[in-house]
Amino acid sequence: MISILEGVSDPEIPVLSIMDMGVVREAIEQDGIVRVKITPTYSGCPAMDVIGDDIVSAFAKAGKTAKIQLVLAPAWTTDWITPRGREALEKYGIAAPLSPEADKEALLGNKKIVKCTNCGSTETHLVSQFGSTACKALFKCDTCQEPFDYFKCLK
Amino acid sequence: MNKDLYNYIIGIADNSLILGQRLGELCGHGPSLETDIAGTNISLDLFGQVRSYFQYAAQVSGDENATEDTLAFLRIEREYKNVLLVEQPNTDFAYTIVRQFYFDAFHLLFLKALETSKDETLAAIAKKSIKEVSYHWRFSSDWVRRLGDGTEESHTRVLEAVNELWMYTDELFHQTEADKAMIAQGIGVETLALKETYYKMIGDVLEEATLPIPESKYWHKGGKQGIHTEHMGYILSDMQYMQRTYPNMEW
Repeated sequence: MISILEGVSDPEIPVLSIMDMGVVREAIEQDGIVRVKITPTYSGCPAMDVIGDDIVSAFAKAGKTAKIQLVLAPAWTTDWITPRGREALEKYGIAAPLSPEADKEALLGNKKIVKCTNCGSTETHLVSQFGSTACKALFKCDTCQEPFDYFKCLK
Repeated sequence: MNKDLYNYIIGIADNSLILGQRLGELCGHGPSLETDIAGTNISLDLFGQVRSYFQYAAQVSGDENATEDTLAFLRIEREYKNVLLVEQPNTDFAYTIVRQFYFDAFHLLFLKALETSKDETLAAIAKKSIKEVSYHWRFSSDWVRRLGDGTEESHTRVLEAVNELWMYTDELFHQTEADKAMIAQGIGVETLALKETYYKMIGDVLEEATLPIPESKYWHKGGKQGIHTEHMGYILSDMQYMQRTYPNMEW
């Protein structure tokens, strides 16, 4: 079951499996049906419907029927992204979330602590608190001039 | 069906729905790429929250045919219980920001209180939403500072919005019969207890923004009873157009 779930990835961030993302809360097989509980990262995240459909079809390929249930509590936090997931994010060009305190400092532009995913410099600045998706902010590196996404801390 | 609970959920959800719709109007029309994306991101968060509320409301409505979609798209104007503030037009960037600012401060305080509601579903939605709304508040209050303490032009225009929208803030704290019943049961939020903190919160930001705090005590109300401003009909005709023209259409 775990290997099937690990094969499903976030449609917006294809390198990140939903397991490493921490959105799968429970998967129980009972009477031939796999019941999977998933939790949304952001309430309005359009990826959630797609993730649900992808899980169902991944299990269907393995000859199993899956049913999805969306659970809201406890609410998802970026702490649930696994170390492997954080590494995948960085490699993909998205800076992984900092601690809540550091995140605030970074988003308020008080401190330069977000590391550029391209060259590793911390000489970066916030371009926009909201990025290409609800979960990301847009940064730009002052060393290599590349723009990059930062995965906002949600806690 | 629990009528008070249903009405209570609808009241909360409609604020986010109508504000989300207003922000959605700006998609592709924001003054800059970053603010455009921010507006639509906030809109998306609000719609996500609305879906959770409406799914729950549909469940407690006792009406088999009620779904999140029928609640969003197939009610008539008087059945929408959002406050007048959120239906006010975008006018310009200053109005859009100040409307957001006035609402976010309330929304944040409201959700913090709703977290401890005896109703588990509402508490769960609040816990989830609060993380998102913290970012909204950071965004809108930051822009109020920037516009207020910016150029002469931005100061003048944001001041106008601060004064014009001020009269809609008091309604945020009004309580309907359903609200009162829910408060008595430990489900609803005692909004009157939030009022002082609210005006302190926005007052502090206005001060930093070099904007005088409005003194007017003239307040508009009615939205929570379903009596809306002229703008509401236009919002609904836009929002409901597809479902009214092609009933039950999906995409």
